[in-house]
Amino acid sequence: MNASRRDFLKAGLAASAALVPVPAFAQGAGPRVVVVGGGFAGATCARALRHADPRIAVTLVEANPTFTACPFSNAVIAGLRELPAQQFTYERVAADGITITRGTATAVDPQARAVTLADGARLTYDRLVLAPGIDIRWGALPGYDQPAAAQMPHAWQAGEQTLLLRRQLEAMDDGGLVVISAPANPFRCPPGPYERASLIAHYLKTKKPKSKLLVLDAKDAFSKQRLFQAAWAELYPGLLEWVPLSKGGNVTSVDAATRTFVTDFARHTAAVANVVPPQKAGRIADAAGVADRTGWCPIDPVTFESKLQPRIHVIGDAAIAGAMPKSAFAANSQAKTCAAAVAQLLAGATPAAPKLINTCYSLVAPDYGISVAGVYQPTNGQLADVPGAGGVSPSEAPRATRAAEAVLAEAWFRTITAEVFA
Amino acid sequence: MRNAAAAVIGCIAIAAAAAASAEPPAGAASCSGCHPTSPRVTSPVPRLAGLDRAAIVRAMQDFRSGQRAGTVMDRIAKGFTDEEIAAIAAWFAAQK
Repeated sequence: MNASRRDFLKAGLAASAALVPVPAFAQGAGPRVVVVGGGFAGATCARALRHADPRIAVTLVEANPTFTACPFSNAVIAGLRELPAQQFTYERVAADGITITRGTATAVDPQARAVTLADGARLTYDRLVLAPGIDIRWGALPGYDQPAAAQMPHAWQAGEQTLLLRRQLEAMDDGGLVVISAPANPFRCPPGPYERASLIAHYLKTKKPKSKLLVLDAKDAFSKQRLFQAAWAELYPGLLEWVPLSKGGNVTSVDAATRTFVTDFARHTAAVANVVPPQKAGRIADAAGVADRTGWCPIDPVTFESKLQPRIHVIGDAAIAGAMPKSAFAANSQAKTCAAAVAQLLAGATPAAPKLINTCYSLVAPDYGISVAGVYQPTNGQLADVPGAGGVSPSEAPRATRAAEAVLAEAWFRTITAEVFA
Repeated sequence: MRNAAAAVIGCIAIAAAAAASAEPPAGAASCSGCHPTSPRVTSPVPRLAGLDRAAIVRAMQDFRSGQRAGTVMDRIAKGFTDEEIAAIAAWFAAQK
């Protein structure tokens, strides 16, 4: 064989290696999975992938060195808990053999199977899992842009915003008006605005009893509604008022400078203003082409693979998960299901239909908990409720039952954060 | 009676198949959201790993029928069939 023919063959081999993605499994090295987002969904999925098949090389891309959990952050706002109790590091995640890459994913090339980070780094994958949580739809509520959040905090991504809202409540004079606006569905943590209203009402009742709390709602119905309303009538009569859509609760614009909420019928100027704003999937979902026109990500209910891009899976709040709510429990449940499916797909197997569970506790007062639970299965291409299962806490129950649920709520938080981060 | 015995044998066969598989059976992966996997976590909710298989089956069936009062388990157990419960119980019983 002459030199030119040898070179031609070499060049040909190099070219085919570059163009045809050979499964990493076949070469003896493990397949590569990149997980973007280190919250309840992403961190759970990264660890579950390693447990499902230790041959899988897992990289977790996360911008923050610590994770600040949203569940129980309403208790921080109400002064019942400190923010460090919400914060977790990735040391134990890394100890599972996961490569933690500090950075922000800015682009995905589904054809080249590569993720680009803000610093220009490029990570290639056999399967990609996106767990980007939510982004605020800035401007969707007229007047509510990023600078406005410094005056009217959303506190819907836990951390500095949580502390800002708490400081504003602490600085408010007794007799002040607190206003919370709640968005239309879907949004992160459906019972969240109402738990927040409850715990802020508890703070006002105990510390600033002449104050008032108004909840302006873009909806006429909400999660655990009857339980919340019964508890409000019992615990916070005359203090907490909920204004539904049909009674003029829909906020059409805000003015941050004066902390004013404008509805079709009235203007409410607040001493402390909390906007729970319209939301969408975290922005990498849009960049990757996995978000649809709703701003959220349609997925296959068995594998959580995107319906819009192959080999990209979406889990947690960003996903359109049918009847499953956008909750930490659901994110954790989806992450484990997705990890098992990804491991099977990488091994050439076909994942079986899963069943998933959600449980969400809400605190109406520190010693008063209520819950909703559900069981889900793929039905007609969506995750649907299993008929006859699930539901909320009993409407008639002694206070001991509510107290027991408050204890279970805290136990749930310890358990799930230990599974994900410890 | 014969039908009941056949059903029990069927459950055991399914359970044995599930126990042999590395993948958790349908629904089992969600349990650790509330039931601690680590013995170091303090919770009134019991760990499931290594529990007696028959005891898990009985608990799930009693939650489902309403014979046993639950906080959320009465609502969750209603979402699972006898076969699924048997598979989940076998999977946890086989863990350490």
